[in-house]
Amino acid sequence: MQHLYRRIYADPEFHELEQKRGRFSWLLTSILLLTYFTFILIIAFAPEIFATPIIEGRIITWGIPAGLFVIILSFVLTGVYVIRANNEFDHLIKDVIAHARKHADE
Amino acid sequence: MLMNSLRYRLLSGLFLLMFYPSFLLAADAIQGDVTRQSVNVTAITMFLIFVSATLGITYWAARRTKSTKDFYAAGAKITGLQNGLAIAGDYMSAASFLGISGLVFASGFDGLIYSIGFLVGWPIILFLLAERLRNLGKYTFADAVSYRLRPLPIRSLSACGTLTVVVLYLIAQLVGAGKLIQLLFGLEYNFAVVIVGILMILYVTFGGMLATTWVQIIKAILLLLGASFIAIAVMYQMNFSLETLFASAVEVHDKGLNIMSPGGLVSDPVSAISLGLALMFGTAGLPHILMRFFTVPDAREARKSVFYATGFIGYFYILTFIIGFGAIVLLANNPEFLDPETGGILGGNNMAAIHLSKAVGGEVFLGFISAVAFATILAVVSGLTLSGASAISHDLYASVLRHGEVLEGEEIRVSRIATIVLGVVAIFLGIIFEQQNVAYMVGLAFAIAASVNFPILFLSMYWRNLTTRGAFFGGSIGLITAVLCMIFGPTIWVDIIGNTEPLFPYKHPALFSMSAAFISIFLISKYDKSASAREEVIAFEDQYVRSQTGLGAEGATSH
Repeated sequence: MQHLYRRIYADPEFHELEQKRGRFSWLLTSILLLTYFTFILIIAFAPEIFATPIIEGRIITWGIPAGLFVIILSFVLTGVYVIRANNEFDHLIKDVIAHARKHADE
Repeated sequence: MLMNSLRYRLLSGLFLLMFYPSFLLAADAIQGDVTRQSVNVTAITMFLIFVSATLGITYWAARRTKSTKDFYAAGAKITGLQNGLAIAGDYMSAASFLGISGLVFASGFDGLIYSIGFLVGWPIILFLLAERLRNLGKYTFADAVSYRLRPLPIRSLSACGTLTVVVLYLIAQLVGAGKLIQLLFGLEYNFAVVIVGILMILYVTFGGMLATTWVQIIKAILLLLGASFIAIAVMYQMNFSLETLFASAVEVHDKGLNIMSPGGLVSDPVSAISLGLALMFGTAGLPHILMRFFTVPDAREARKSVFYATGFIGYFYILTFIIGFGAIVLLANNPEFLDPETGGILGGNNMAAIHLSKAVGGEVFLGFISAVAFATILAVVSGLTLSGASAISHDLYASVLRHGEVLEGEEIRVSRIATIVLGVVAIFLGIIFEQQNVAYMVGLAFAIAASVNFPILFLSMYWRNLTTRGAFFGGSIGLITAVLCMIFGPTIWVDIIGNTEPLFPYKHPALFSMSAAFISIFLISKYDKSASAREEVIAFEDQYVRSQTGLGAEGATSH
């Protein structure tokens, strides 16, 4: 197994893939962290933003859609990640492994 | 009677509290004296049906549990959807169901802050940990950490982290369970704790991960159905208009319009960030949650399981929000559910969801929801016990004590013994802690998970230069910092021990203990010039390839 690992590590296609995937995971992570901590810090520093009604004179405040947005965003982002990872990235990985196996036999 | 009233005063706060210490702030709302309910026949019948069904499943699972892989990981043959449901079942505790809806009932919007904190850890687990963990590990998260680091110190530390988290969590769950069951079913506290303890020992000892998984799946489905029914019934009465729901709630609630905005549950920025970190990264370090990723055949299914779990958990939190507001509208002016002396709700805020189930669905549905609450506790404690037992048998016994040279049957036997011992200890502690404030324990468990398990797991995967020494000493420093900050902080030093001033000013230690762990792991690894450290750094490349490709990863067994 170890020689396969070495071979894959030496393969530039592998590094291209893992960098692409790494950038994608960190991008999604940053979006989520930024949204969540913005939400928390508004509550800590400027709660009046969330206390304002969306429509003057009605009851629903901005806090409610903001909260729902964070919940829905979490779900959507996981979906986006799974679709891309289970299709595009998994195919690329299969290719990288097949490539390494083929050369191992030579 | 005095004892009883005191007990229920404690209980009212307890479910919020076992959820997170900050709930202290919210726990002072409406309380009342309650006499123990008479024995509830419908609820007990429904619960007995659940117990017989799950024991049937345990019997079925026991016959399929032969290898260690079956016992710890259900043969790695659980599908993504099933695992997603099981994760949701593991995560949606009675505390979230009753505690969050109770918190929404008491203070409206603030309940949402906690739900969101508990949810956002999931995407992070998916983006950064899930597939690497699945590709590297076998049965416990320590497998992944010790892939290139020396097993002896790493597994000892991980087992320490796991057992501390599991025991704290178990005590909080069992004490909560005892009190809840007393209230719902009219059974004695000690009797209730013993029943829960024995059932969890039976599920885990005989059925291993397969039985535990199915108990969690069934419970998740029942809880989601029950909560959906309540929420839909509430919305039906409000003509499916959120505006009507909120407007009617504002009209009858003491706090009026304030329930529609943040109410100071999270006030200073340091606490806010610290709490946010603990909720988010604590989830990513909970051993019973991490263990669930080894029950699926590959990284692909592991990813799917987080997607489904996030969906179910998010949906569930939206339901609890509607349920909390529904309870304000339908219960606040209904004398049937109010305490005549105090004007507050019978049994305290955490009973909001339970009373609401009766208000919208009558006696039978009340029985159903009570049985679901009981089932919920069983599912959560079973997962915890299995993860604690694996830390003892797989990490400590098989790897540390026997250096991996152990027969399959022997390891399972040790795991079963560990389950029984852990179960008995938990029952014993649950009884001892009956009158204690156990609220801080779940908070501490999250802080420890975020400061020990998460840093070593994360850095072992992402940082080439991590060494055994760095992980071991840095992780230990994280553990000690979290425990000390908690002891000398406002929750234990002032509220429980009774001193006037805390030595550590913040209620949530995660910001400090996580920083302590990461900084010391970094520094110690950096100055570790030992020969083994060099080898560990070199071994990173192989580990990296395996974690990214899944080549050589543990797969599903074919029987």
